[in-house]
Amino acid sequence: MSIRLENVFYIYGKGTKEETCALKKINLTIEKNEFVGIIGHTGSGKSTLLRLLNGLERATEGSVYYNGKNIYDKDFSMKTLRGKVGLVFQYPEHQLFEETVIKDVQFGPANMGMTPLETELFAFQALKDVGIGEELIDVSPFLLSGGQKRRVALAGVLAMKPEVLALDEPVAGLDPEGKENIFALLKRLQKERDLTILFVSHSMEDIAEYADRVIVMNQGEIVLDGEPHKVFRYQKELGQIGLDVPVSAKIANSLREKGFAIPGDCITVDETADAVIRWYQDRKRGAV
Amino acid sequence: MIRDITIGQYYAADSPIHRLDARVKIVVTLVYMVSLFTFQDFAGYAAAILFFGIVLALSKVPFSYIMRGLKPVLFILLLTGMLNLFWTPGKEIFAWGVVAVTWEGIRKMIYITLRLALLILGASIMTFTTTPNQLTAGLERLLRPLKIFRVPVHEVAMMMSIALRFIPILVEETDRIMKAQAARGADFESGNAFQRMKSMLPVLVPLFVSAIRRAGELALAMDSRCYHGGEGRTKMYPLRYRGRDIFGYLCCLVYIAALAVTVRISPF
Ligand SMILES: Nc1ncnc2c1ncn2[C@@H]1O[C@H](COP(=O)(O)OP(=O)(O)OP(=O)(O)O)[C@@H](O)[C@H]1O
Ligand SMILES: [Mg+2]
Repeated sequence: MSIRLENVFYIYGKGTKEETCALKKINLTIEKNEFVGIIGHTGSGKSTLLRLLNGLERATEGSVYYNGKNIYDKDFSMKTLRGKVGLVFQYPEHQLFEETVIKDVQFGPANMGMTPLETELFAFQALKDVGIGEELIDVSPFLLSGGQKRRVALAGVLAMKPEVLALDEPVAGLDPEGKENIFALLKRLQKERDLTILFVSHSMEDIAEYADRVIVMNQGEIVLDGEPHKVFRYQKELGQIGLDVPVSAKIANSLREKGFAIPGDCITVDETADAVIRWYQDRKRGAV
Repeated sequence: MIRDITIGQYYAADSPIHRLDARVKIVVTLVYMVSLFTFQDFAGYAAAILFFGIVLALSKVPFSYIMRGLKPVLFILLLTGMLNLFWTPGKEIFAWGVVAVTWEGIRKMIYITLRLALLILGASIMTFTTTPNQLTAGLERLLRPLKIFRVPVHEVAMMMSIALRFIPILVEETDRIMKAQAARGADFESGNAFQRMKSMLPVLVPLFVSAIRRAGELALAMDSRCYHGGEGRTKMYPLRYRGRDIFGYLCCLVYIAALAVTVRISPF
């Protein structure tokens, strides 16, 4: 599994007064099993980028390759691609429509042409994965809480057995526990099912905590792409495009500026805490 | 696809037509539309087209833009044109079974299609140059006399402006839900009419749910800002006629006079 974008441009409303170039000359390769975070200012093209990955929007220019095959070729099956690259929209709970939770989750796999047995099996499995208990499967999805709805919607995509999961702000509006649950689930899917995960987030902390690779977008372009520790070193550049580094990185940086011996690659809470403890212990040892 | 809908679309520009009081535009549009039914000959159409052309040129709305408004009614235009072409008795050019093309038919076809097109174009130039808010404010003011008959003018106008305001939001929402369901493999294009109708269900249910939720939220928001209907409410931008509006009415009068002079108004 790999996704490659080559010189991709995307223009909304081409030929009208409100023409906006949402993506400019995007070159990008996503490899199997990566956990990629995408950050960027509002309107920088993150959602548009995700929608290109499963062929929902067609690039105005350039090509998208899935496993080396051009997805715009005539004989390429878009339907299969939609199943392989599961796209979870922002506020996916707004798409629920069936009478019961289980029926809603079965919608995707049934559309993919799976047998009723597979459909049911995968739906149950997906619901279990996202932590929806058996007592809820025959309930109307409209009676669930916001967080539960979100998980059901996520299960609806997981049940299609995708190889790639692309999520647009998956934890927006969730409480801290709900957020951690979702990310824990995504990490588990990446490890146990070999899924490739991409997620858009406005939280630098979430990116630092969970992503193995971070893509920074600005006005339709990819400006930084790499391992979070490396990317978050560009505090000034990130600030210029309306972004920031995680709070813990800021704390570590200002401690270092004040002359404390803290290493320069602390971006998560744990890393910063460890560095401070290490510094404290070193000092104590030195003092003794 | 769904974004082609142009009802109530506003074309932002700074033009003499845009600056006119909404009431002038509503009244003149109505007068214009009625005037289209008062003549049946070349001179009348020439005057009507000329008047429309001048307004369009002044309004700075691009020609291609306004013509797009005809797209949804193209079928009706063609159909009525055809019917008139084939079923008008008169001097035959050629006949084929029951249908016959006559000189009168050709003339009638051109006139009827022109009249329909001008009706729609006239109405759309009004919506293109007037924001929905101005439009409802103008309508509310014009209909105020009906209050004597206990017509809830303000409430009707408020409902209209809310409905207009929600069109683009719902269109956008439909677009998003359709994409989201397409991401789950939903297929809206293939199958027969019944299957396609059924495939809209996953779009319609969430759409209604969200529309009802939005309506509820809006009602709450209005309540919490102490909205209590039209009683004693004043306007942020009160409508007041200015010189240019009087001039607008005058131009309309000139158009009517020109029509009356060049055309012997038909008896029907
Ligand atoms: N349906 C649309 N029609 C026209 N323009 C659009 C549409 N959707 C997005 N755009 C424009 O494309 C650009 C990129 O939008 P996109 O939704 O991809 O941004 P984003 O990075 O996801 O922003 P956010 O963080 O707010 O979700 C923006 O300038 C936006 O105005
Ligand atoms: Mg977005």
